[in-house]
Amino acid sequence: MKELSIYIHIPFCVKKCSYCDFLSFPADDKARAFYVETLLKEIRLEAQQYGSYQVQTVFFGGGTPSLLTVEQMKSIMDCLRENFVLAPEPEISMEANPGTVTAEKLAGFYKAGINRLSIGLQSANDAEMKELGRIHTYDMFLEAYKSAVEAGFFNINVDVMSALPGQSVESYQGTLEKVLSLTPPPKHISAYSLIVEEGTPFGARMEQGLLILPTEEEEREMYELTERMLKKAGYHRYEISNYAMEGFECRHNKTYWVRQNYLGLGLGAASLLENVRMTNESDMTQYAARIEAGVKKAAKEKEVLTMQEQMEETMFLGLRLMEGVSKEEFIKNFGCPMESVYGEVIEKHVKNGLLENGQRVKLTAKGIDVSNFVMADFLL
Amino acid sequence: MARIDQSKIRNFCIVAHIDHGKSTLADRLIEKTGLLTSREMQDQVLDNMDLERERGITIKAQTVRIVYKAQDGEEYIFNLIDTPGHVDFNYEVSRALAACDGAILVVDAAQGIEAQTLANVYLALDHDLDVFPVINKIDLPSAEPERVKDEIEDVIGLEAHDAPLISAKNGIGIEDVLEQVVQKIPAPKGDPEGPLQALIFDSLYDSYKGVIVFCRIMEGTIKKGTTVRMMATGAKADVVEVGYFGPGQFIPCEELSAGMVGYFTASIKNVKDTAVGDTVTDLNNPCATPLPGYKKVNSMVYCGMYPADGAKYPDLRDALEKLQLNDAALHYEPETSIALGFGFRCGFLGLLHLEIIQERLEREYNLDLVTTAPGVVYKVYKTNGEVIELTNPSNLPDPSEIEYMEEPIVSAEIMVTTEFIGSIMELCQERRGRYLGMEYMEGTRALLKYELPLNEIIYDFFDALKSRSRGYASFDYELKGYEESKLVKLDILINREEVDALSFIVHADSAYERGRRMCEKLKDEIPRHLFEIPIQAAVGGKIIARETVKAMRKDVLAKCYGGDITRKKKLLEKQKEGKKRMRQIGNVEIPQKAFMSVLKLDDKK
Repeated sequence: MKELSIYIHIPFCVKKCSYCDFLSFPADDKARAFYVETLLKEIRLEAQQYGSYQVQTVFFGGGTPSLLTVEQMKSIMDCLRENFVLAPEPEISMEANPGTVTAEKLAGFYKAGINRLSIGLQSANDAEMKELGRIHTYDMFLEAYKSAVEAGFFNINVDVMSALPGQSVESYQGTLEKVLSLTPPPKHISAYSLIVEEGTPFGARMEQGLLILPTEEEEREMYELTERMLKKAGYHRYEISNYAMEGFECRHNKTYWVRQNYLGLGLGAASLLENVRMTNESDMTQYAARIEAGVKKAAKEKEVLTMQEQMEETMFLGLRLMEGVSKEEFIKNFGCPMESVYGEVIEKHVKNGLLENGQRVKLTAKGIDVSNFVMADFLL
Repeated sequence: MARIDQSKIRNFCIVAHIDHGKSTLADRLIEKTGLLTSREMQDQVLDNMDLERERGITIKAQTVRIVYKAQDGEEYIFNLIDTPGHVDFNYEVSRALAACDGAILVVDAAQGIEAQTLANVYLALDHDLDVFPVINKIDLPSAEPERVKDEIEDVIGLEAHDAPLISAKNGIGIEDVLEQVVQKIPAPKGDPEGPLQALIFDSLYDSYKGVIVFCRIMEGTIKKGTTVRMMATGAKADVVEVGYFGPGQFIPCEELSAGMVGYFTASIKNVKDTAVGDTVTDLNNPCATPLPGYKKVNSMVYCGMYPADGAKYPDLRDALEKLQLNDAALHYEPETSIALGFGFRCGFLGLLHLEIIQERLEREYNLDLVTTAPGVVYKVYKTNGEVIELTNPSNLPDPSEIEYMEEPIVSAEIMVTTEFIGSIMELCQERRGRYLGMEYMEGTRALLKYELPLNEIIYDFFDALKSRSRGYASFDYELKGYEESKLVKLDILINREEVDALSFIVHADSAYERGRRMCEKLKDEIPRHLFEIPIQAAVGGKIIARETVKAMRKDVLAKCYGGDITRKKKLLEKQKEGKKRMRQIGNVEIPQKAFMSVLKLDDKK
């Protein structure tokens, strides 16, 4: 049976964070209810085509999925179960903002079938958090974490961010220490460094020269600190920004990097199905109109990947994983050895000390740091 | 066949400051005399290169014969010679003027006299042309025709009370202009039976007919079969065809006689044989002396041009060869740069000429070019008595072999409203200008006279002038000569390797400043590598400035969201695209545009 991962986008948030350029916006109860209705319709619609696939993972991302009511989450999960075949032990994750959850709500989500929770802490320093435009404090996070554990969540991720405006190396270290001393410690930690994007409030402030970011040296120190501290605490880095205890790597996340099939549902959601990339409308009215009309995403504009594009993706996505890209898989997928396409590039970066060449091709520690530089060379 | 009556011929040109409406007036004159209906006219018939139309300037002289039925009932033949509109082409302008008997001076009713107006009028008067003014753009709300008339009379001393008030754009007053051409511009003189004496004022290469020579017959007659000799170049040829200029086409005729303007062909293979300003005579019945004013055109500005893709070198050579067929002012010779490989050192009349050639190579010949910073021609006097004309900084001899150096100096006239005098004088001082004097025109305007080193004005002087006068200053210059100067070669070292293509000659006093800014600029242009890259400026082996491109230590895309791969791919593609436009020097990749950095050292700041 063919396997599938499902991504479900919940585009709502209480208030947009200053650095966020994801597809999200505040919405009232009525708009949220309407969205969930549309989403249920899309699940049924796409199930006509992909219902026979076995669903390995589901991921609720946003926006802020924890803004959904327990009833809404339950209706979505029920709908998925009715229309798709779920694997025996599926990984079902949702993102949660500490400012939007209560003990009851978390218990309700758990009961609805969510078995992995990803909590967006970002920083344990309230001043930094305020600067980011986050709606919660560190105390609220602690409360949410405790409630999640009590509700039965065992597999929990915590997001932290470095290179924030006003952040010092010491304060970042403080955040990491606090996260590591949680009881029980989270099984998974995502550690991102801030990227200032155009079109965000941070982007605007940057242009006006009003955004004071840590220096390159400080940023560098934070970056190295992350790996050192997390390694010592028993986490291994399996992807550029992700660390996990043994056996708790995010299965859903990995499907993106190894290019397994994933079906994106909801506003603006992206899919990769049998080497075809599709993206849902990011305009609510257009999206809802299509679903209402019963038109599947496969009937819209789509990008059919050529062999060359598939090779490129295999390399630049696969290299994000520390395990790298398997040469055997490459031959199996494309009918030619990796060296025949990328021999020169691999050799060049092995010489540069950025790649390791064996059964699998992977980034070295130095290569991870400059991964874009390496990956760009894998475009044909 | 009866010869055309000399008294019914008028040979004239239109002179104006840029944008005062010269080409538009030419178009209206052609349209009014019925050669073309307005529907057939593409705007500005005479500017027939795409580039000319886009930039709104005339690059090559264009000529057209029109027939006008005057109010006295007689038909007149007008030869309108449209002259190039840029200081780079001053010599061409002077030769075109020499082919005329009179000139129409177009002055903008709102802007009045500008620097080029003056320069062009004086040039016309120097050639003994009868000049009458017309006031254009009278339909503008800001038009002040009376003030401008007074200005013309006061400043230039031309009678202006009866100047036609026109709008070339809207076709107002054109009839007046045509009548005044008949009345105010003298008929040509010259003896059709005398020995042939004709002035070459332009030429054009045609792949079927060979060079088409544009000329004004001063004395004698030229017809098919005449064996002509160019007196300066010595080239000889048998005339195959003579004719005159219809709009956009050549119309053959029997003969051209004294007083007429037209063309001839003689299976000449190279425009170099028919230099602008040369005198054409009959080999079998030569005139006693050539016409005055011929000079060999020298390139004022040089730069290196290299194909971005080294394999395109033969294509670049072919393209330059073809362009030169039509442009005797373009010089090129092969050169090799350690940094850029095989290319050409090219000589131009000025920066505009350089830009035009560069654009034509890129557009018409589809070449991707790397151009090094333009420089002027320096004279290097060596201790052994030898004199070198230096066009490529890399060829500068060792300082121990140099006695002294000279650089070209221009006389410049800058017209400016009085409120900006201070800031313009400051600019000229910064550019090592020597103040010669100032004349107040009337009330609010003044003419500043300076001597300036050419190498200080070839880059961004004009832009700086405009920005410091809020667009009001106008500028004109001519080469004055060479003067001794304290010059040094500034070398740039990237990762401790000297990059020959980045060297340039600079006055010793500004070497430190320029070197510092050059390093800063390059630091921004050169992307980070896996290792640290020092960028140094040096004079005579001594480092005078340094910057460092830090090593790339981190280049990671943190988060990929919800499987949206497209965005990540775009980012990587951009990065890869950037790498393609790089030149590898040692183990450093330098973006192509960095070679032009010296041009973009910001004015001040």
